[in-house]
This record gives sequence, structure tokens and C-alpha cells, in this order.
Amino acid sequence: MSVVTELKTRTPAETQLLQLAEARGENENARRPAIEALRRDGLPTRKVEAWHYTDLRALVGRRIKDDAAVASLKAGDDAILEPLLANSVVICLDDPVSAHLPDGVMATSSSSVADWQASPNHLDRSIDTIRALSAAFGASSAKIAVSSKTSVDTPIELRPAAGSDSHFYAQVSVGEGASATFVERLEGDGSPAPSTGVSTLTIADRANVLWIVDQEKGAEASHLGQLNVTIGADAVFRLFVLNAGGGLVRYEVHAETVGEGADVQIRGANLLKDGQHVDVTTTLNHRVPNTTATETFRNVVTGGHGVFQGMIKVAKGAQKTDAKMACNSLLLSDEGDFSAKPELEIFADDVQCGHGATAGEIDADHLFYLMSRGIPEATARALLVKAFLGEVVEELEDEAIVEALEARIDTWLDTHA
Amino acid sequence: MLEIKNLHARVADEGTEILRGVNLTIEAGEVAAIMGPNGSGKSTLSYILAGREDYEVTEGDILYNGESVLEMDPAERAAAGLFLAFQYPLEIPGVATMTFLKTALNAQRKARGEAELTTPDFMRKVKASAEELKIAPDMLKRPLNVGFSGGEKKRAEILQMALLEPKLCIMDETDSGLDIDALKIVSDGVNALRSEERAFLVITHYQRLLDYIVPDTVHVLYKGRIIKTGDKNLALQLENEGYAQIVDEAA
Ligand SMILES: Nc1ncnc2c1ncn2[C@@H]1O[C@H](COP(=O)(O)OP(=O)(O)OP(=O)(O)O)[C@@H](O)[C@H]1O
Ligand SMILES: [Mg+2]
Repeated sequence: MSVVTELKTRTPAETQLLQLAEARGENENARRPAIEALRRDGLPTRKVEAWHYTDLRALVGRRIKDDAAVASLKAGDDAILEPLLANSVVICLDDPVSAHLPDGVMATSSSSVADWQASPNHLDRSIDTIRALSAAFGASSAKIAVSSKTSVDTPIELRPAAGSDSHFYAQVSVGEGASATFVERLEGDGSPAPSTGVSTLTIADRANVLWIVDQEKGAEASHLGQLNVTIGADAVFRLFVLNAGGGLVRYEVHAETVGEGADVQIRGANLLKDGQHVDVTTTLNHRVPNTTATETFRNVVTGGHGVFQGMIKVAKGAQKTDAKMACNSLLLSDEGDFSAKPELEIFADDVQCGHGATAGEIDADHLFYLMSRGIPEATARALLVKAFLGEVVEELEDEAIVEALEARIDTWLDTHA
Repeated sequence: MLEIKNLHARVADEGTEILRGVNLTIEAGEVAAIMGPNGSGKSTLSYILAGREDYEVTEGDILYNGESVLEMDPAERAAAGLFLAFQYPLEIPGVATMTFLKTALNAQRKARGEAELTTPDFMRKVKASAEELKIAPDMLKRPLNVGFSGGEKKRAEILQMALLEPKLCIMDETDSGLDIDALKIVSDGVNALRSEERAFLVITHYQRLLDYIVPDTVHVLYKGRIIKTGDKNLALQLENEGYAQIVDEAA
């Protein structure tokens, strides 16, 4: 039997991405196989089911049209940023060792690249696209470990390297019975060539982790992110994803419950304006019996295209799984749209799983009620939009965190809605 | 204060005519009651006064202090002193009751060119009104009306009214859903607001409310028209006889 490798024609954007990857220089051996895989397979198109609503080849192609795009990569973004949460410790992912970390937290750099050959998302191709890009670009790699039974009160903010061509690969582990809060801070002007950020988060038994993604990149920026999480027995994983920026953004979450009693709570807000394409794709893999998950995304659309793909998978034998997923969009203009694709794949018979997706405008009766009390229309609308988003933010309960996120959301709403 | 002149209105998107020539005048200091069978248009009239867009005025006018309000939006009408206590107050998830009250109060003050209330002043005001209406402070920590019982919602409407100090208070079946004690508490609240400058339009089905809030005039609305006007004894007569005779007389 002979295998014929068909060499497809590369788009100019793909050619440029490969050139960029070749030009990185360092860590060549580890990156080479991923570069070759991308040379062979290119970027996914809408024919790949996982990328159906985000035709990466076309979307990246539209953004990288000429050499100017490459030149713009050099422009760094060094603005000094306050951490999202007060009193956070900041870890720069390209230089993790220099952070002054709280007791029980260790950070080291490493030279490993993301495992791009294992595809956690059964819908993607034989290679995992985001990880392959991350590996091809030789993401700066950091390992962060929280010792068991350590309760870390200081939030840990993870920042990619300054500059727009940043790629990071973070391996985070939280030991048995430990607790910690992480903020993945995605900021900066960025560039049309995608930056990538891949993280693995291993949550040991009875540990408790809150992970916040604050993505507020510039309108020109493309970013591909992925968070891979395993949750041990009686452990709690809470995630909040805020997308309030970026030109082309895809954020994937792949969570797996590996111990009984694991609990997953995913919340998020996607704020969209004209010119954006923002995609959140999640898979919840229930591997063992008696695990629970709730997932709610709220989207406010004033323009652009939004995508939510949510998959709940329940393995054979994962009885008593209780998983709920919802995606609600508030459409404030005819200019934008939001595609929601919830899916269930269940191989156990004693489970409770459900999903719902809604899309609509501001409720006219609610608006009338508020206005009938003297609240002017614009203020009343803003109150209702904030309420719609506030409901998911407030589920985080911690007052300081809720306030910090609501402040970011208010800033966006004041500017764009 | 309020002059409703030959008001005709229909449902905006389907055209069904609901009000067919309502004439009604209410003076400052007056308490007017509107009674009438189910479906006669009482709530519709109250919504149109408040400026709800679902209804279209096809003829006639509404003058408030001599000026037409038809071109004003609900917020402008409220700032001018109009208030509607809803028959069915809405639950608004995600909007904290206190945030709502403060936003409404300050928006009205701003529209009238008054200074905004400071948070402590506002808190004191809410606390005092809530105590009078026997509203538990915990209720005010919840999102607006969410999970309130029927009677709690009605009390919350009167709390809003007390805080906003409107000039024209329209109360749509505020008594329905209230227990006997609550009816007394709410009526006391309303009576405390009665003054020379303030008028009330009280919509109700029952004499009992009018024992507490004694009206100056009573009007019967039937099929979109006021078919009879009288004093408080008209309500007593309706209580005893029902609507049949009055409807016959008007026919
Ligand atoms: N938006 C609407 N669309 C269609 N019909 C409507 C609408 N609003 C009111 N109506 C109709 O108009 C009529 C008057 O309704 P309204 O609610 O004003 O009555 P009401 O006098 O307040 O009755 P009740 O005593 O039961 O509260 C009813 O027949 C009602 O079904
Ligand atoms: Mg009614």
C-alpha cells in the first residue's frame, strides 16, 4: 500500500505563517514536526466540522494580505497594565521564574511544546489546529505548580510575552486540596497573524480552581486560545471567559472530569461589535460517574459574528452525570449575528443533560417598566444589558472579582453599546 | 390636572379598538376611582396614560396640566410627575432593586433640575418608606420584583410611588392580591400621600379599598367609554347591584 501525500496549494496567508514559524529560529527540533504538519494540512476550512463557523483559512487570509502584516508584527505593546484583580501576582509567561510568588506556588520555564498530535476535540482534524500552531511557533513555555493543601489567596495573573507575536504554552497544576485563582490576561494591539495561547490545567482531587480569561485585545488582533482541563474527584473547576475585544478570536475549552464528584462551572460573556469574529468552542467530557457541570454564555451583539459551540460528552458508565448548558444572545442591532451550536453525545442511560440557546432583543415590557419610573430610554437599555450580563458575572459571588469584571464590561458597554 | 378628551385608542399592531371616546377630568387634590367589568379597558387606559407604545391613540388628547402628553415618552411623563402602579408588576432579573430605585429617583431629579441624592440620603429615604409599608429589608436586596409574592409586588409598587412622590398617581388594582392587613397598610401609605397638589386615579373592582381610600368621584368604564360618573355612593350602589342596571341605562 502506498500513501500519496497530496500537496494542496497554500494561500498567501498560510505561506506567510509558515515563513514566520521558520523565522523563529529557537527550539527548531521540537517545532519542526508541527511546522511540517501545517505545511501538509494548512489551516482548517469550514469543511472541518470543528471549524464550520470559523473558516480559519479564509478569515486569516482576509487579515494577512501582504507583507505589511508581517512588518506590523514587530510593533510591541509594552503598556504597563494594572492586574485585573487587585493584589494579584503577575507571571510573565516568557519569564516565569522572576515573579515573586506566594508560598506554595512554583513557576519554572520549560522547553516543551504543546502536544498537537492528540486531538482532544473529536471534531477537529487528525492534528489539533491551535496546538499545532502553538508548537510550530515554539511558544514560550511555563510550568506553574500549586502545592497540595495550599490555599493561595493572591490571584495569579498570567500574561503572554509583551509584543504582538506572542505565543505561550502554560502547564498549570493544582495539587490535592489546594485552591487558587488564575487570570489569563489577553491584551494588546496584536496583529493580523494569530497569536496563540495553550494551557493545560490539572486539578487534583478536592482542589478548587477559578480561572478567568480576560480577552480585550485590539481590533486588529487575531488570537487562538485553548484551555485543557482535567478535574479530579470532588474538585471544583470554575471558569469565566470574557471576550471584549480582538478582531478574530477563537477560545477553546476542553474539560474532562476524571474523578467522581468533580464539578465544572463555566460562565462567560461575549461582547461583539462590528468587524469582529469571536468563537468560543467548548467540550465537556464526563468520563466518570457522578460529576456535574453547568455552562452559561451570555452574548451582547452590536455587530460582527459570534459563535458558540458547546459539546457535552458523557462516556459509557459515567452514570448520574448532571450537565446543563445555555447560550443566550442579546441582539442590539441587525448588523451582527450569533451562531450557537449546542450538542450532546451521551453513552450512559442514567444522566440528566440539557441545553438551550436563545436569541432576542431587549424585552419591550421591561423597557417600558423602567422608563415608566422616569429612567430615560438609553439608561434603561443600558441597565437591561448590564443585568443580562450581570446575571452570569454575579454567579462568581466573590465581590472583588464580580466588581472587577463588571467594570471591564461597563467600559465596553459605555464605548460600544 | 388631568383632562382626557374623547380618547380613542387601539392595539398598535392589530388594530382592535379598545378605548372609544373616554372623557375624564381630574383636579389636583382629587381622588377619582374607576370601576368597570373585566376587559372594559381600565388597564389599557392606565398604560396609555403612562405612554406604553403597544397602543395607538387615533383620536382625542390627554392633557396634563394643560399640555398634551401624547408626544412624550414614558420617562418624560414620569419625570413630569405621572406614576402608574401596575396591575401586574414585572419581574426584571439581574436589575438590583436598590440600583433601580436610585437610578429612577435620580433620573427624575435630574430631569427636573434638582440635585441627585447622595447614597446615605437615598438609603435613609428607602429605609423609612420600607418600614412604613412593612417591606422586609431583605426583599430590597433581591433583583427587582423577582420572586416577590403577588402582594409583595403590590407593596413594592407603592414603595416606588412613595419614593418618587409623583403628582398624578394611577393605581391599577393595587388592592388585588393584598391581604387584609396589607390593604390597610397600603391604604394608609396612599392616604399619607394625599395632598392639595396630588391627584389619584384608583382602578379597582371592590368597594373595600374605597372604604380606606375614600374617593371624591367614581367613574364606570364600560366597553371603552365612561358610562356613568358619581360620588362615593356610586361604588356602594355597584357593590350591591352589579353593573347590569347601569349598563342598561347607558344603552
Ligand atoms: N395588547 C393587546 N392586544 C390585544 N388585545 C388587547 C391588548 N391589550 C388589551 N387588549 C384587550 O382590550 C380589552 C381591555 O383590556 P384591559 O386590560 O384594559 O381590561 P381591564 O378593564 O383592565 O380588565 P380587568 O378588570 O380584567 O383588569 C380586553 O378585551 C383585552 O383583551
Ligand atoms: Mg386591568
